[in-house]
Amino acid sequence: MTDKKDKSTKPKTYKFDTLSLHAGYQPHKNAGSRQVPIYQTTSYLFDDVDHAAALFNLERGGHIYSRISNPTVAVLEERVAALEGGTAALATSSGMSAIFLTVMTLCQAGDHLVVSSQLYGGTVNLFRLTLPKFGIKCTFVKPRDTEGFKKAIQENTKGIFGELVGNPGNELMNMPEIAKIAHNAGIPLMIDATYQTPYLCKPIEYGADIVVHSLTKWMAGHGSSMAGILVEGGKFDWMQNDKFPTMTAPYEGYHGLSFAEEFGPTAFTMKARAEGMRDFGPCLSPQNAWNVLQGIETLSVRMQKHCNNAEQMVEYLLGHESVAWVSHPSVPDHPDHELAKKLLPHGKGSMIAFGIKGGKEAGEAFINNVSLASHLANVGDTRTLVIHPASATHSQMDEATLKFAGLSQDMIRLSVGIEDIDDIKNDFEAGFRAARKPRLVSNQ
Amino acid sequence: MKFKVNGEEIFASTGGRPFDKNKPLIIFIHGSGLTHMTWVLQTRYFAFHGYSVLALDMPGHGLSGGKSLESIEEMADWVSDVIDSVGYKEASLVGHSQGCLVTVECTSRNPDKIKTLSLMGGAGAIPMNPELLALAENNDPKAVDLMMDWAHGPAGHFGGHPVPGLYHINTGGMLAKSRTIKNTLGVDFRACDNYKNGFEAAKKIKIPTLSILATDDKMCPVKEGKKLANLIEGSKIDIIDNCGHMMLLEEADRVLNVLKKFITTNYPAKK
Repeated sequence: MTDKKDKSTKPKTYKFDTLSLHAGYQPHKNAGSRQVPIYQTTSYLFDDVDHAAALFNLERGGHIYSRISNPTVAVLEERVAALEGGTAALATSSGMSAIFLTVMTLCQAGDHLVVSSQLYGGTVNLFRLTLPKFGIKCTFVKPRDTEGFKKAIQENTKGIFGELVGNPGNELMNMPEIAKIAHNAGIPLMIDATYQTPYLCKPIEYGADIVVHSLTKWMAGHGSSMAGILVEGGKFDWMQNDKFPTMTAPYEGYHGLSFAEEFGPTAFTMKARAEGMRDFGPCLSPQNAWNVLQGIETLSVRMQKHCNNAEQMVEYLLGHESVAWVSHPSVPDHPDHELAKKLLPHGKGSMIAFGIKGGKEAGEAFINNVSLASHLANVGDTRTLVIHPASATHSQMDEATLKFAGLSQDMIRLSVGIEDIDDIKNDFEAGFRAARKPRLVSNQ
Repeated sequence: MKFKVNGEEIFASTGGRPFDKNKPLIIFIHGSGLTHMTWVLQTRYFAFHGYSVLALDMPGHGLSGGKSLESIEEMADWVSDVIDSVGYKEASLVGHSQGCLVTVECTSRNPDKIKTLSLMGGAGAIPMNPELLALAENNDPKAVDLMMDWAHGPAGHFGGHPVPGLYHINTGGMLAKSRTIKNTLGVDFRACDNYKNGFEAAKKIKIPTLSILATDDKMCPVKEGKKLANLIEGSKIDIIDNCGHMMLLEEADRVLNVLKKFITTNYPAKK
């Protein structure tokens, strides 16, 4: 019998679960401390004036001031870079500041971005209302309209941005195809993969150049700390055209440094830190970085449970008399089911959108009568969360914008937690019972 | 900066300072399949402290034009041509891994032109693992993955990059994949495997020489580095604990401190 076992040498670089626990940290350089220490300090001693100058000139690596970098935060940055398959990462005070820093590192006044229309409400407002104040304009394209992204690219377009699975409608972007469109136009693809975490999908493997996360969500899991991060893929060639002079030309703010020439696959992160953190300052506190690290240690285990519970909730909701519709990429008739199987092989995530029979009134009754599920403006907690987007996260939108963002008045957004699945279902039964009552009254 | 060498456009980082022909020249030569960016935590210091620096992208690598050179001897002559091309009569050389073979050969061929020699993760010969060589010549990205595995010590595998936020293994891997693998790594590995003159070349070297070696270097172990260093008259050795072959990044500060002391003593910048 032929031995078909692959006997070739395999790289022994650490795998995902090991990196979740160890990446970015060397105990022997930290007094042997097994746990990552919290460097609760603003600043760092220089050995002498030469050492100080060397740090400011980027001649040496190291820390100067915790607005720019901090040893505890740096462990988190390296850990997420390792998990995402990226070259470098930069942590920020929130997911929104990670997006803002990404855009401001990439763009200047007069530039244009092509942006998916199905985004978290705060992100929509950033792109639609705030960035134009900085002279950066955006064209919104529906996430499933892959060709639309191509058509929207202009001479001054500097990138494409989107959430891999849109918030809250669960529409998928065809990331590999949109990456090709971006790269053919000589611009990077930026993906917000907060819903997936690198456990479910590593966008860099599918062509994304920059990945952003709200670490506040599944990455941390515990719902205790705000944090965000941008991760650089390292493949994008900033010197391929003349679209990115702030990456390639000598930068007056750092002795004529060309980030692309000097730092290549980590140029974007270096610029975001050297310029963006210096000038805008959305730094992450070491305590919050440490809190997020505690969550990341159990990321794999939690994500498996989140996805398992989500699939059981999908089945439950699909068969429920009070539910009008269910949107989750695991459902076979979801328009992006096949794409989700390709991009999200380890699970389709724990965000479910569903429509409740009885519309807005029933939705409000449901929300007001669940007790285990928490009614709040967050997702990705270990606890089950519910919200009615039209009256909360997306409440600043008018009817037309709501529709364009894929929202409806009857939509409930559910972030499935890791409680016992029977307890979640029992809680929902109470909510559904209350939601049916107003209709019974009105029918009498 | 970009300049011509033998008709081909070549890129070299000048360490963030303008190239100044009035300052002593230090040339940095990268390892197999890599680029000038491996030297970023050494070059900028010297550029800001009285030296002119050229961290070269070898032909066909990084941002340089041309095709990869196929033998260590050709590369050694090419480095000598670089010195001529930028209008210098002498230079100090720093090499890493394959760059050590190149700088040793270049120094032995140009005894009056090279003033100091610094070798990092060097050896007199670098015979290639046949499987790794075949993978690289077949353009298989697994060659880069294996190289990154073997090139980093146990600590480097976990991370702890001296520049906050950078992750060693993925950054190195991306550098090695920045051009077609078979045309860079494949050609370089074959050149290393074919080169047999390292020990003889070393015996001819009479200039101040420094070897920086690392205890966890699997690609050019300390034993091999010492064998080479011991053939060079008056050669100094510095051994870094708990570090792998990519010492210039894994222990960038330590490497810079040792290099700084050696070069400023033996090839001082003008006051």
